[in-house]
Amino acid sequence: MGDFVMPSLGSQMIEAKLVQWHVKPGDKVKKGDIIGEIDTEKGLIDIEVFEDGTITELRAKEGETIPVGSVMAIIGGDKEHKAAAQQKEVPAEEKKIKKNGKQEVTVSAREKRPPVHRMKASPLARRVAEDLHVDLGKVKGSGPEGTIHKKDVEAYARETKGEETFKKEIEMAAHVSAATEAKAPKSMRQSIAAAMSRSNREIPHYYLETEIDMTAAMDRLEEINRKRAVNERILPPVLLIKAVANALTEVPELNGFWTDEVMHVEEGIHIGFAISLRQGGLVIPAVLNADMKSLDEIRTEFVDMIMRAREGHLKSREISSATITITSLGERGAEKVFGVIYPPQVALVGFGRISPKPIVVDGLIGIRPVLSATLAGDHRATDGHTGSRFLEKLNEQLQHPEKV
Amino acid sequence: MNKIAQQTITYRQAVRDAMREAMKKDERVFLMGEDVGRYGGCFNVSEGMLQEFGEDRIIDTPLSESGFTGCGIGAAVAGMRPIVEIMTVNFSLLAADQIINTAAVLKYMSGGQFNVPVVIRIATGGGKQLAAQHSRSLEGWYAHIPGLKILTPAMVEDAYGMLGPALEDPDPVLIFENTLLYNYESEFFSNGTTVDIDRAKIRREGSDVSIITYGIGVHKSLKAAEQLAKDGISAEIVDLRILRPLDNETIFSSVRKTSRAVVVDEGWHSGGISAEIAARITEDLFYDLDSPVERVCGAEVPAPYAKHLEQASLPQTEDIVKRVKKMGGIYG
Repeated sequence: MGDFVMPSLGSQMIEAKLVQWHVKPGDKVKKGDIIGEIDTEKGLIDIEVFEDGTITELRAKEGETIPVGSVMAIIGGDKEHKAAAQQKEVPAEEKKIKKNGKQEVTVSAREKRPPVHRMKASPLARRVAEDLHVDLGKVKGSGPEGTIHKKDVEAYARETKGEETFKKEIEMAAHVSAATEAKAPKSMRQSIAAAMSRSNREIPHYYLETEIDMTAAMDRLEEINRKRAVNERILPPVLLIKAVANALTEVPELNGFWTDEVMHVEEGIHIGFAISLRQGGLVIPAVLNADMKSLDEIRTEFVDMIMRAREGHLKSREISSATITITSLGERGAEKVFGVIYPPQVALVGFGRISPKPIVVDGLIGIRPVLSATLAGDHRATDGHTGSRFLEKLNEQLQHPEKV
Repeated sequence: MNKIAQQTITYRQAVRDAMREAMKKDERVFLMGEDVGRYGGCFNVSEGMLQEFGEDRIIDTPLSESGFTGCGIGAAVAGMRPIVEIMTVNFSLLAADQIINTAAVLKYMSGGQFNVPVVIRIATGGGKQLAAQHSRSLEGWYAHIPGLKILTPAMVEDAYGMLGPALEDPDPVLIFENTLLYNYESEFFSNGTTVDIDRAKIRREGSDVSIITYGIGVHKSLKAAEQLAKDGISAEIVDLRILRPLDNETIFSSVRKTSRAVVVDEGWHSGGISAEIAARITEDLFYDLDSPVERVCGAEVPAPYAKHLEQASLPQTEDIVKRVKKMGGIYG
């Protein structure tokens, strides 16, 4: 008998929802068969078996949320077969990203390691693993009882990512941890000072501005929100985050980092959003993979993130990952904002207050809600032409909000 | 450098020089305690001072710790700057009522009308085969008491330099001198320099582990650090210097750097100063730790008389080395 357990697909994952089974009790399965589909933070994922046998019992019900490591199904096989299977090494995860963005990850049905949250790892090792996006489940611990320490995580990261990426990530993590000592407002002030001084010292900024007619966007939001409770309404910042993310898919040159005198365009679009804190200072948590998320998903995350930012409970992954930053001064803010880029990012999008203004539409002057959108770009990484194209794409997004 | 600037002196001599300087500088300063006069001090610290300053300022007291400590406290309240010597911390228990119930609280109970600027010097520690009643390290215990400042000089410069600021402090200060350190010598010239009595000090820089200790533990830990260096482990030694108030900032910045902490204390674990330090580190630096905080402390028994047993009951250099090496994930 073999237990088929909920696989761990990353150190952040603690549970996932079973969407559907592709098999029923009595079915014979072969190694490599997809037997079901789960819904995780990474999207819908197909789960695969790594041994031959017969499904004897399906314990998990469709629609049920199951913690990592819990038994989902029992797979029977003959004993010899099983013994042989057990001796095999746990196959490595294979990860394929399809073009449409849906991820398909195949994982071992016989994950021998305990789930990550039950694993012995030092607090520092866990923190470093988050900073370096390392899955602790794959790291071999050198300490007593296999405890994972910082050096084990570093060794693993070095080996799998290569020295250069490793160093870059260490550097990024250092910037972030300097910027997010939320417990000590004084040192937060100092780290903001350090990051901003560095930005103004090193980054030759160029600035562009465009005024966006927000009529279509505001109408669209009103239409969506009419049917919703107040706390479920989609506010302009959510739409703006999504619009920026979509625009970046078309102008990816602005999404990434300038390090070692080279521009590194990032595949993931993680939109940092500057949140000012009541006690002073600000934090910039990121909506990860914003281009792949729906408006509702972004809304839920955004609201939750603001709450946690104010309480000082952001996850390090959220504050270490932004590939571009949005600063928005909100409804009562100034009309325009020209921001300072957060290094090593290469662009910062600034949104002013949306306010009614006379503008020319179809040859007539009308009063329309207008938003000033600015772009601060790193002139080492891109030129004004690229920035201009980005603002144009952003405008297009907001003129066709139904597509956003 | 000035030719006479450097000479070798003992810890004992440093304490004596500091007292002499203080008495020459300020006529309100006097020394009282058992055998401090004619006998020259149980540990010879005040030898010759009776001849130099006379019976009015070097006062031999009866064997009555509660009585003479109380006199010292009273004199301090009345405007003098007494140095009370209690022969060992074991006998300070007889004066604990005066220290804890009077000296530590008078300022608070008088609504701030009376300060108690007394300095109480107390010999402490084991390792001299003096058995259970004469070998305790109770400084951590006094560090429990709000209202007291607890100094534990480990180095000659501190043995000399801490007394001045202690006398200037408007509140009661207890100085604990480990008896094994009295013969410790180092290059130093008693030239009236003082040191701060607020901050811990890094005695050796390192990157892999912070060894946090005080008094005699500093010397054992420095030796341990040398041995560890041969195995490629870089240990940082934090000399606490002051057990109350503890200097969190120095402790934390060291542990933040090394991600590992070992507390070395001759006192017992249970309810000891080592427990307090370990708790503070886990409260504030949990997410910086790469392995659990370790403690190397005195064995939880009354001090044995037999030499080999007593040595085994005290934290030794080898114990520190072993404990550091077994910490998970340490580099080296």
